[in-house]
Amino acid sequence: MGILEVKGVNKRFGGLQALGNVNLSVRENTVHAIIGPNGAGKSTLLNCLVGKLIPDTGSVMFDGNSVLGRQPHEINQMGISRVFQTPEIFGDLTVMENMMIPIFAKRDGAFRMHAVGNMMSEKDIVEAAEKMLVDMNMADKRNMHTASMSRGDKRRLEIGMCLAQEPRLLLLDEPTAGMARADTNNTIDLLKQIKAERDITIAIIEHDMHVVFSLADRITVLAQGTPLVEDDPQNIKGNPKVREAYLGESA
Amino acid sequence: MLGLNKKDATLLLLVAILALCAPFILNPFPEGSALAQFNAGYPDLMQRFVIFGIFAIGFNILFGLTGYLSFGHAAFLGVGSYSAVWMFKLLSMNVIPAIILSMIVSGLFAVVIGFVSLRRSGIYFSILTLAFAQMSFNLAYSVLTPITNGETGLQLTLNDPRILGESATADGSIPVTNLFGLEMRSTFQMDVGAWLFQFNVGYYLCAFIMLLAFYLSLRIFRSPFGMMLRAVKSNQQRMRYTGLNPRPYTLAAFVISGMYAGLAGGLMASMDPLAGAERMQWTASGEVVLMTILGGAGTLIGPVLGAGFIKYFENIFSKINDNVLHGWFSFMPDGLEDFVVGIVHPFIGKGWHLTLGILFMLVVIFLPGGLVEGGQRIARALRKDKSDDKSNAKSNPAE
Amino acid sequence: MDAFILQILNGLDKGSAYALIALGLTLIFGTLGVVNFAHGALFMIGAFCSVTLSKLLNLSYEVVDPTKKDFLGRPLVEKHTYIESWFGPETGAAIIDWSVPLAILFSIPIMIGIGFVMERGLIKHFYKRPHADQILVTFGLAIVLQEIVKYFYGANPIPTPAPAAFTGSFDFGTMLGFDPNTVIYPYWRLVYFSFAALIIGAVFAFLQFTTFGMVVRAGMADRETVGLLGINIDKRFTIMFGLAAAVAGLAGVMYAPINSPNYHMGMDFLVLSFVVVVVGGMGSLPGAVAAGFLLGILESFASMNEIKSLIPGIDQIIIYLVAIIILLTRPRGLMGRKGVMED
Repeated sequence: MGILEVKGVNKRFGGLQALGNVNLSVRENTVHAIIGPNGAGKSTLLNCLVGKLIPDTGSVMFDGNSVLGRQPHEINQMGISRVFQTPEIFGDLTVMENMMIPIFAKRDGAFRMHAVGNMMSEKDIVEAAEKMLVDMNMADKRNMHTASMSRGDKRRLEIGMCLAQEPRLLLLDEPTAGMARADTNNTIDLLKQIKAERDITIAIIEHDMHVVFSLADRITVLAQGTPLVEDDPQNIKGNPKVREAYLGESA
Repeated sequence: MLGLNKKDATLLLLVAILALCAPFILNPFPEGSALAQFNAGYPDLMQRFVIFGIFAIGFNILFGLTGYLSFGHAAFLGVGSYSAVWMFKLLSMNVIPAIILSMIVSGLFAVVIGFVSLRRSGIYFSILTLAFAQMSFNLAYSVLTPITNGETGLQLTLNDPRILGESATADGSIPVTNLFGLEMRSTFQMDVGAWLFQFNVGYYLCAFIMLLAFYLSLRIFRSPFGMMLRAVKSNQQRMRYTGLNPRPYTLAAFVISGMYAGLAGGLMASMDPLAGAERMQWTASGEVVLMTILGGAGTLIGPVLGAGFIKYFENIFSKINDNVLHGWFSFMPDGLEDFVVGIVHPFIGKGWHLTLGILFMLVVIFLPGGLVEGGQRIARALRKDKSDDKSNAKSNPAE
Repeated sequence: MDAFILQILNGLDKGSAYALIALGLTLIFGTLGVVNFAHGALFMIGAFCSVTLSKLLNLSYEVVDPTKKDFLGRPLVEKHTYIESWFGPETGAAIIDWSVPLAILFSIPIMIGIGFVMERGLIKHFYKRPHADQILVTFGLAIVLQEIVKYFYGANPIPTPAPAAFTGSFDFGTMLGFDPNTVIYPYWRLVYFSFAALIIGAVFAFLQFTTFGMVVRAGMADRETVGLLGINIDKRFTIMFGLAAAVAGLAGVMYAPINSPNYHMGMDFLVLSFVVVVVGGMGSLPGAVAAGFLLGILESFASMNEIKSLIPGIDQIIIYLVAIIILLTRPRGLMGRKGVMED
């Protein structure tokens, strides 16, 4: 029984079958990669997991509870954090403030009226945020406005913000898309380190095979909206079906 | 001090000193001198400065922090005024219950309007608030006449059934608004040489409440709640995926700013106990938008500056007429004098709105941060002049 | 039944004005992505084109006629308009009488010119700025334009009559078999409605059948792609803005006899036109037209005494109420497309 169980999920957009009978099981404390050619339905699947889309049929269970029909913020509060393809951070705020917000969300829930206290006098929040900045190697950028940072730094900050919530499942949507080689390698190192140091399950959608094979414990290959195969990385490499559907194109 | 950091405390202190000394500061020119027309130290005008300051401070909590542009905020001002006048009619001429009621009623009103309007954002939100305000305005003029007294406006009469207090004074006139017996209109006049300074009870009450309002907005800006509101403006998507629900945050900001507007309306009625529907019209909503933008949306002091600026120049510009202009330009040769007066003429007197419109456009185009940003730019330029070498090194950081 | 038809007719002329203004608003919004709060001011300027032409045509000179005396016994001063002296009394009087329709010709170059200047001088610089900034700067512009008009024309409404041939009313009732005088409709309103229908038809035909219109429609659907095709969108946008300004202006020109123009009529219509655009769906041209007429007619129904006694005050708020309900239940409006103005 995995921490995330997707069963029989279907999703149609008009005449297009975006997802057809998708089953997926993500085991706790593993890195599970979901790969597949363009248009295979990877992003649609991800959106079904976080409440942005609701599948037509099927079930999505997280730790025994259904996520379907819940708002994105409710799903997040259940313990699922999402990293976006283009980094989504608070561009008008400083790095420190960016880091404090998820910690507030973790402590106070989806809404709390906290209108008169000074935010910097919330000792526990400030400390937790500072620790996370150190962990992310960003302590020197504390007071910087995030809009002026490089893409790699934004990605690092976004991952840090997600981790600050101590989620049980971290969803990554092509975290290295559009990155230079050096930034990609940095991100891989960061994710490896997270995997080693934290009690966390990671589901990652990725195009870059280098990233996938350096991180994944388990891989699901999607093609045309249906899972082709789910197996360990070394078996995926040799699988002729996968080769044909996906790796064959680039090999 | 008061839970503020040093910079904010200084700002609060500065505003407090300005508000306390306004009767002096705004009357720098001796009576009867040619420049006396630029004085603004009359009770009536000073009250308007601070009341509109409160209105703008409240509007800024919504617009400056969350970026939701409401075009219907005058509705809350109007509701506040009506509530206060009714309190004077029914309960007592003391301003405290009136002000409290005006805040409560406008707050409830804001809950309803905000709950509906905040289901949408961007331009749709602006139009929804505009629609609600216009609806309230139209209703106040028509079917709600029993409550609002329609076009005439709601006024006190000699027959008001005042529970605590008398319907009419001993000499048969309508009683005046007061604070536990201290009349709002009573003014202490101080003659110093050629100068005349006026200290009005109503003004000081408004100024005191404005300081409270400003202090509260300082606290909100620095609070976790304020940071969440800025997060709403910055990236709602990230906010939702961080487990936060933006809607109660925006609704809370909307209601707070609606209550500020109601407070301003209640104070307006406390200074002069009448209320008319025109206070709710969308041009009035536009005015508070102008004040906030002109001063600097999202800054602490901006809205207060904007309100003071607009109300001061409205008053001064409206008073200048052609005779005054001819007086100023009399040193010029006749033809040139007439020419210059002719050029300036459209912008003064009744043309004040033209000047305001142009000024507003210029600010939005060139100075989106308003007067505050302008001040900062000037300050920076001055500093640069003083220490050219240092700032050169600083302003070109390695990219 | 007769009352029913009467209300529909009454709703048509206001609906026409809403539809014409909303058409321009949504055209500008759909192509340029700009929220134009100064669009009502263009309508108002159009109405004042009528006023101006009528004043120009009435310019007169004075002639002293020594053979006649006025009531004080002084020589009589007679006023003659230049037009009458140039074209002869009869033709001249006819020209003056027809000043409002003539103002159509007079206003087109003026409105297009104003539109060009506005777009090139101001709006252009706001394409990339947030919608709030666009709203604010055009709001400021609207104030400036209306104050300028107020400066030159004063604050009072200026009556601008329709040609004498169109005074009086058309009796629909007798035509449809009802009693005479039950369904009467002023001729000029009929003219206004036909004129509006003509303009709307022309705009749609222009967008449908010309290459220019095709590009504009493509631009409304997908701005980036059209830009990538190497088509000079900027120039076309300027022309679109001029066109939208002309449509609003013409709506104003012909509206002058229905309601005497005053300087704030633009603002009054603007608020309602925005509501119309939102109800119709941002960026949808048929939506704007349909919603314009729909709301105009609804408003006129709500002002029937039977309805007013049922729900007091409904005539004052019906449009806003409909807008609020539509916005909450169909966020994209009646005919709005996906992806326009959404976050």
